[in-house]
Parts: sequence; C-alpha cells; structure tokens
Amino acid sequence: MSGKTLATQLKAGLDAPICLTWEITYACNLQCVHCLSSSGTRDPRELSTDQAKAVLDELRDLQVFYINIGGGEPMIRKDFFEILEHAEANDIGVKFSTNGTYITAENARRLAAMNYLDIQISLDGVDAVTNDAVRGKGSYATAIAAMNHLRDANFGQFKISVVVTRHNVDQLDEFKALADSYGAQLRITRLRPSGRGADTWDELHPTQQQQRQIYDWLMKHGENVLTGDSFFHLNAFGESLPGLNLCGAGRVVCLIDPIGDVYACPFVIHDQFKAGSLLGDGGFTKVWKESDLFLSLREPESEGACSACGSYDACQGGCMAAKFFTGIPLDGPDPECVTGHGEELVKSATVSLIPKPSMDHSRPVKINTPRLASSKEAVQRMERV
Amino acid sequence: MSITLETACELNPQVALRPESFGALAYHYGNRKLVFLKHPDVVAVVRDVADYATLQDALGAHDIQPSRWPSFVEAIDSLAASDIIRVR
Repeated sequence: MSGKTLATQLKAGLDAPICLTWEITYACNLQCVHCLSSSGTRDPRELSTDQAKAVLDELRDLQVFYINIGGGEPMIRKDFFEILEHAEANDIGVKFSTNGTYITAENARRLAAMNYLDIQISLDGVDAVTNDAVRGKGSYATAIAAMNHLRDANFGQFKISVVVTRHNVDQLDEFKALADSYGAQLRITRLRPSGRGADTWDELHPTQQQQRQIYDWLMKHGENVLTGDSFFHLNAFGESLPGLNLCGAGRVVCLIDPIGDVYACPFVIHDQFKAGSLLGDGGFTKVWKESDLFLSLREPESEGACSACGSYDACQGGCMAAKFFTGIPLDGPDPECVTGHGEELVKSATVSLIPKPSMDHSRPVKINTPRLASSKEAVQRMERV
Repeated sequence: MSITLETACELNPQVALRPESFGALAYHYGNRKLVFLKHPDVVAVVRDVADYATLQDALGAHDIQPSRWPSFVEAIDSLAASDIIRVR
C-alpha cells in the first residue's frame, strides 16, 4: 500500500531501534578467540546500577520493546538480576547471551520464574574439541550443564547460539539435532573480524566453498533457525534468505557498550562508529536521533566498487564491520563476497593500515589453543609479549 | 480465522503500537511478534477498530475509499493471524 518498500523505509532509520544490544560488562571468565568486544576485564567506568536502570527507563519511554543483553559475561555483574527485574517491571523484554557459567540449578529456577525473558547459550561446537578450541577449555561442558539446568527448571524454549566457523560448519545438522533434543531453538550467526575476531579471522572464517554450504543449509532450514539476519551477503547466490536484507547499523540496530558509549552495531566497537555517550545531555535519545554518525548512516549509500557487479540489490555490499576490520573500503565488497571480489582485496590490504578496535579488555594473553598459535597474527602477538 | 467486512474486531490489549514515519510498529507482548504496519491509514483503523460494530464501519469512519477495502480486509486478516487483531 505504501509507495516505498519496507527496506527503503528502514534504511532511513526508525524513531528508536528495534534491535538494540546492550553489553553490560566487559568482564568475562572466558577469553573466546573471536570475542567481538575483546572482553575479559571489567572497565572501571562501567555503568552503575542506578545508571543502568535509568537506561532502561529511557528505553521504555522510547517504546523499545525488547533488548539483547550481552557482554562480556552479563551474569558476572552482581546486579544482573536487579537489572533483569527492572526491565521486566517496565515491560522491556530481554534476551541475554551467556556462556552458561552462572546458570546454576538455583539460578535456572530463578530465571524460569521470570516472564518475558529469553536466554541464549553460546556454543561453537557440538563436541568439546571443536567448541573449546574457540571458547576455551571446559566451556563446552559448562554450556551443556547450563542447558541441562534450564531444562530441569522447565525454563521453556531457550536458544543455542552458534558462530559459524570453518571448523563447525559441517556440524550444522548436529547443532540442529542438539537444539531439538532440548526443545531449544538454534541460532547461527556470522563470524565477524571484530575485537579478537580480527586476530583469528584468517583461520576461522568459512572458506568460499563453505559460504555456499551455509547458504544451501539455510535455504533448507532457514525458516526454523534464527540468524539475526546476519548472512544477507550470501543472497548473491540466488534467492534471498529469510529476513531483512539490509545492514541495520544506526538505522534499526545499535550497541550500547558497558560504559554507556553508543555504537552503530555490536560489531564495530571503534571510534569511527561511535555515535556518542548516553551519559551526555539528551541521553540515548539524542544520540539515536541526532548524532552525525547515525544521520549519515541513514542516507542512501553508494554502491561504490560493487556497482559494476549485478548482485548489489541481493547482497547490499555485505557487512560494514567485516569490510572495515579487514581493511576494505566501506563502499567495496564484503571480504566474504560470494563472487570472490572481497577475497582479492583482503589479500592486497596493507596490514599496517587495517583498523584495530579502539578498546581492548582482554586479560593478559596466555595463548594455549594450537589453532590460534599457528596464525600469523597470533605469532606476531606472541613475539611482542 | 477469516476476517470479513462484517467482522467485529479489536486490537489485542497485549499489543503496543509505536508510531513511525511509515506507519507504526505493532508489538505483541504475549507472542513477542513484531509487525510493521506500513501505512498510516492502517494504523488509524487498527487503533480504534474496537469502537465500531464492524470492520466496514471503521473503514467508513476513517474515510477509506471502498476500492481499498479488499486490501484492508487482507491486511487486518494477516494481523489476526499474528493475534495482533482479534475478533470480539
């Protein structure tokens, strides 16, 4: 009925985000090698309980219906349940991502008693060897224990969240079967070269052949699997995957980080994509509605180098963050462009010019995963230590 | 379920509407569905359809031309499938 398509409308931005991620702490007991936020240690500037509650009050007033809480490991915060309860009391739905360490039997019962709550357990392999190589020793057993506790507490349908890598892409059917066995929903998302993911991208990101494998799998199972619409760069293979086919950064999506800085999306924690701080005058609302960065992201984008290729309408040029952190211009092809255009550019990118995350909360690194130690980046890092 | 011009409907009380430039977002707190209402006229009808005896009365009250009624019936029917709209 409307003259413009929904995608066009969404690209021009909404009055408030519909997919807001709030990372409430940089503290984490794990040190996943692909952590988007380079988490590890708490930042002393992290929002206080009162500040966190004020954020929720503002989101309620903006009619942000639900939020995604993450970290770091969000359950590490002592006021985690207080924040959840404040959200619930204000009719803000919460989905939180966790590694499961703090989902004890008791906490599982407490979570099961809450309304309006989704839980996403991170798991990057259907066996300990595959998972722990990325997420750390013992993390597979921890995640499974958390899932068992949620099942035993009758939590209901939780989610199992998988970052697809070169090493687990062959396990998609098994992930689905695992989720089904718990009555859980499977969510698979795209690996990004963000945070520590920049250091491990070269050896973790799916090969060109595997990109096709992911696309075919999603075409077959996509209706029952969540993806955060993160694989839209694969739409250049043919028929579009289910979901919104666009980059939502600063338009329908944003990230609030633990110290209250607002970024265009969870994958670009870098000064260039920082729109402002919600601690400033006007709060989050002003940042969302008036920041120069977000206003510019809502302008029609240039197809740039991709205009010569017939697939731009299908793939939208891919992911801004993936380009940025692999040294590709923002109007260039995605590093995982299915035609191979991006791969060539990544090879030719000057390593010293590739942007690094503006903040790093990693704990002092003790590299103990064989795969990581073999990467060029990791070797360089070890030499520096 | 099938909505017709004669159906008496209402906006599910569990649904919140958030105005947007293109129309509105409808969010269902029960089933957590988020639906885009892509035209201001649809938003206007959805908002107070409960005040009228039938859907047709609501369309008339909002000066929606009869030529557009079929598309409204279709839109309201799809909202009913998501439980955003329900039969009174």
